[in-house]
Amino acid sequence: MVEKTVQEINQKIRDGSVHVVTAEEMTEIVETLGPKGAAKEVDVVTTGTFGAMCSSGAILNFGHADPPIKMQKVWLNDVEAYAGLAAVDAYIGATQLSESRGMEYGGGHVIEDLVAGKSVELRAIAYGTDCYPRRNIETSLTLSDVNQAVMINPRNAYQRYNVATNSSDRILHTYMGPLLPNLGNAIYSGSGALSPLFNDPTYATIGIGTRIFLCGAHGYIIGEGTQHDPTHNLGTLMVQGNLKEMSTDFVRGASLYKYGTTLYVGLSIPIPILNENIAKRTGIKDADISTNVLDYSVPRRSRPTLARVTYEELKSGGIVIGKKEIRTSSLSSLHKAREVAETLRERIKKGEFYLSEPVGKISTKTVFKPMRQTGGLPLVKDVMTDGIGTIKPDVSIEEAAKRIIKGGFNHLPVVSDDGRLVGIVTAWDISKAVAMKKRGKVEQIMTRKVIVVSPSDPIDIAARKLEQYNISALPVVDAKRKVIGIITSEDLSKLLAGGT
Amino acid sequence: MKMLLHFNPQIIKKPLIAEVVLETGVLVNINKATIDTAGGKLIINVPDKDAKKVIKSFKSRGVDVVTLEKPIIMIDEECVHCGACISVCPTNVFKYEADGSVSVDYKECIQCGACITACPHNALKLSE
Ligand code: SF4
Ligand code: SF4
Repeated sequence: MVEKTVQEINQKIRDGSVHVVTAEEMTEIVETLGPKGAAKEVDVVTTGTFGAMCSSGAILNFGHADPPIKMQKVWLNDVEAYAGLAAVDAYIGATQLSESRGMEYGGGHVIEDLVAGKSVELRAIAYGTDCYPRRNIETSLTLSDVNQAVMINPRNAYQRYNVATNSSDRILHTYMGPLLPNLGNAIYSGSGALSPLFNDPTYATIGIGTRIFLCGAHGYIIGEGTQHDPTHNLGTLMVQGNLKEMSTDFVRGASLYKYGTTLYVGLSIPIPILNENIAKRTGIKDADISTNVLDYSVPRRSRPTLARVTYEELKSGGIVIGKKEIRTSSLSSLHKAREVAETLRERIKKGEFYLSEPVGKISTKTVFKPMRQTGGLPLVKDVMTDGIGTIKPDVSIEEAAKRIIKGGFNHLPVVSDDGRLVGIVTAWDISKAVAMKKRGKVEQIMTRKVIVVSPSDPIDIAARKLEQYNISALPVVDAKRKVIGIITSEDLSKLLAGGT
Repeated sequence: MKMLLHFNPQIIKKPLIAEVVLETGVLVNINKATIDTAGGKLIINVPDKDAKKVIKSFKSRGVDVVTLEKPIIMIDEECVHCGACISVCPTNVFKYEADGSVSVDYKECIQCGACITACPHNALKLSE
């Protein structure tokens, strides 16, 4: 039985005899030598990930101005940073958008610009006090001008991530990138077998105080990440590192079209191979890691899972759902993840990076809870008009006109004999037909492709559909497509005016 | 080879493509066309060996021709090789290489623009 300690490994780093490999290399070594042989052979495995990590940002201390100011609000290149701490500390978050450039530029880009050594415009306002009389300031500064600049990321290194696809008939712009209609593509994230947390899923070596590679700097794990969900293999970490030691090779601002900005973070955790159990787990392969393919066309918290696939399948460029072959591509960069793992491997070999022993454990039991919502979101069925008139497709246009006038409504759902929705006619369709002296049946003028909502949908979904398709009413249908009511933009605006 | 043709408003009404096809006997494939008051812009694709003939024929009719060696430009300093551009491209211009980097097969690009907005790093642009 091989047993090593972190001190022994550090001694090997010191005398240059340490054997370090990347997690991908380790997979092959474990396959050939077995866990026991691998544990004897290898001292450290370097993992790697490089992807969009929205829950990232940096604490900056600007130093005091003269006369001094207690910043109440502060902007860097027109991106607001949170200044609700002391006088000249601020936290710039990756997803905050520029007030002048919108989604093109945000906090992630400010961080990249600072790391690149570029000058950044600072603007701040304050209410003025006896001790901090100043009310506003504008200046430009670079990373070397600020005192501390520490990246502190509440949630990084997601163990794996869900795959996004879209079964609707229109393109969706999401934080996973553009999702083409009718399952036109699927986008994944995460480096699979290189993933730091998949190489030590029991948190045997990874803990609070573990020294890591963060964007080129030597950083630390400071605790479990927000939304840490270890029992579903969705663990996350909270990490920190000195911005002044980072390199733009490993940290990049990014914009996701019609979604917003984020930060691409390169992160590597070294796993000390203390025994063969640890060695065995670092032998993990892409084929061993599965994740869910979710349908992002359902705008709810629980999106339907369409399939379960492995990272091996995802990386092959295509997955199959039902009978359909779907092209995949990644939002995170495997190429960069490898570069991250290789860079840390080289640093350890050269004696530039020593391993640390954790000072505290990361929980393996934390549960990720949904939000407690007290307001109670109104549902479509609470707001819709029920008992509405419908019409059959073979009724004459004239008769439809009479009914619309008599009923005083604008929309008439068209239903088959068993009550299922087959189309819709509006007052406008009918007046147009009458004006053009068109005679015939309703089915000749009705719209067949009807956008609908379900009675249990929250009204926000109805509102978004009305806006998206630029229409003024939606028939409400049950699971069998039987019409049970209608919801109009008027219903919604009345509700909003009434203030729920 | 791909080419970008500019028509000025005076000649836009003439059946120029048809004339060129008849004159040269080369089958011209139209990838993209936009026409407005400022004239017309067309991206066409012709076999490499016939490119010279076709260019000459268009030029003799007053059409401005720019050959597109690289219809799509990948800016190396910005690209992080994520691959977000891969699955949105209708003509499979991008692909992962064995080392995980993303390569570009320029000649397949029809300048549809889908990848431009898909790239999170502003690393792609269409050549004009
Ligand atoms: S412009 Fe369109 S065809 Fe050209 S590379 Fe981009 S997505 Fe592909
Ligand atoms: S999406 Fe942009 S950054 Fe990613 S591989 Fe394509 S060009 Fe490079």
